[in-house]
Amino acid sequence: MNMHALKTEPDAVVEAVVVATTAAPVVALMPKRPPLAEKYAKMAKETAVRVVPPLIVLALGMLFWELVCRRAGSTLPPPSRVFKETKELIFDPFFDRGGIDKGLFWHLSASLQRVFLGYSLAAVAGIGLGTLVGQSVWAMRGLDPIFQVLRTIPPLAWLPLSLAAFRDGQPSAIFVIFITSIWPIIINTAVGIRNIPQDYRNVAAVVQLNPLEFFWKIMIPAAAPYIFTGLRIGIGLSWLAIVAAEMLIGGVGIGFFIWDAWNSSHISEIILALFYVGIIGFVLDRIIAGMAKFVTRGTALN
Amino acid sequence: MHPYLKLDHIDKVFTRGSASTEVLKDINLTIDKGEYVSIIGHSGCGKSTLLNIVAGLTTTTMGCVLLENREVNSPGPDRAVVFQNHSLLPWLTVYENVRLGVDKVFASSKTRGERDAWTMHNLNLVQMAHAKDKRPSEISGGMKQRVGIARALAMEPKVLLLDEPFGALDALTRAHLQDSVMALHQKLGNTILMITHDVDEAVLLSDRIVMMTNGPSARIGEVLDVPLARPRKRLELATNAGYLKCRQRVLEFLYERHRFVEAA
Repeated sequence: MNMHALKTEPDAVVEAVVVATTAAPVVALMPKRPPLAEKYAKMAKETAVRVVPPLIVLALGMLFWELVCRRAGSTLPPPSRVFKETKELIFDPFFDRGGIDKGLFWHLSASLQRVFLGYSLAAVAGIGLGTLVGQSVWAMRGLDPIFQVLRTIPPLAWLPLSLAAFRDGQPSAIFVIFITSIWPIIINTAVGIRNIPQDYRNVAAVVQLNPLEFFWKIMIPAAAPYIFTGLRIGIGLSWLAIVAAEMLIGGVGIGFFIWDAWNSSHISEIILALFYVGIIGFVLDRIIAGMAKFVTRGTALN
Repeated sequence: MHPYLKLDHIDKVFTRGSASTEVLKDINLTIDKGEYVSIIGHSGCGKSTLLNIVAGLTTTTMGCVLLENREVNSPGPDRAVVFQNHSLLPWLTVYENVRLGVDKVFASSKTRGERDAWTMHNLNLVQMAHAKDKRPSEISGGMKQRVGIARALAMEPKVLLLDEPFGALDALTRAHLQDSVMALHQKLGNTILMITHDVDEAVLLSDRIVMMTNGPSARIGEVLDVPLARPRKRLELATNAGYLKCRQRVLEFLYERHRFVEAA
């Protein structure tokens, strides 16, 4: 549908131009702008339309925050003080004084590594299990009720159990990420597999694809839009869970950084960390969305 | 001599819970090599079920399908299907859709280069080589069906099964595609079994028309020979006495003796 809209737009423009020129020959006398500059101007305008409004809202929010927190006795620092107190952390994210006294880059990269490991495992296992549940009625009857119960368990509730099992913080945190993000991946994959049109299955049967070929050539591409929905929900949940998990397990990581800042009453550092957590969560979501767009191009049902 | 394709005493009963519906009853039909046979009947008479049985996508309750005197009961490229709604895989290009079947069928008998050439050859047959890198969403309904035909032809089927292949197309595109299928049949001599509900289409294309009674328990009501010389020309046939007579026979069968019952 999008494609049609894109296709018809230039036609409409051409038509409009033709009409304009035939109706009013005066148009031809007007100075012609180079079309390339026009294109850039249009692009700049489109970007501005998207970027300017949130910037204005942000500026207003900061102003409000500054005014409210500036008073003496305010429990939270105003943005100006946050900036002043965290300047060192902002401009030198790479320092490493040993132990947990490291720059924000190291904390964030430790957290991202855990998320990457746990989430990758969840993606592989989730797509596998989801395929099984979506394809086999008996697997669905056996597994689905159990999944429905397990998925309601809050991520942190798994942490003590995994600490008991692994006896180490690192694998426990990875396990929490895994168990948090796997459910939406399983459930969405299963729905996607169940929704594969019978036609595609018939085609595969006539061509005599073997189960492995059927999985790679029919199931995965056909269910890709659903799978990516699950993956996107999953990455969001893992980023939500990692901060809480790291607060409890300690060591290097953005979650523990926040907890440590709270214990040392460095409120400004907490605010800076929250800012980074938000930006990275947003970027992770956009990365998965971008992958989805790239992989599922052309799979729009028609 | 054995018949090429034989449908032998086929019954089909669908069972859901305790209720069962007999869809097909005692279907017997033999088709010779190179013959073009159409199955016509009102909607719901089980003609698509019959085609699915030949394709192996549905199992019979009783009876069997024999192809070159061997029973066939699972799907395979020797009975390639052109589906009503084209069923092209939207994430593959036109070329890749045809190549998928070619790669499977000729995995050991053709080299990579030969498979590529064979894919292009079949796209050329249906005049779709120019759109080989397009995706199904970027081409028209008629073009999609052409690619569907190329995909089926490329598997070198013993029997080509067409499931209302022109049903979803507008009248002009349909006529154009019918001419193409006629030309391909003339050129390649395929054995074709086609499901249709269009009387003109059946008479124009077929050597024999199998008319089915209304379901449930649909049977073959009558088989009509179409003794028109090939190649057939749409315009000349419009006034041809033999054509009109065949057309009349099918219309009488469908609208007088086996009128469609709304409740069915």
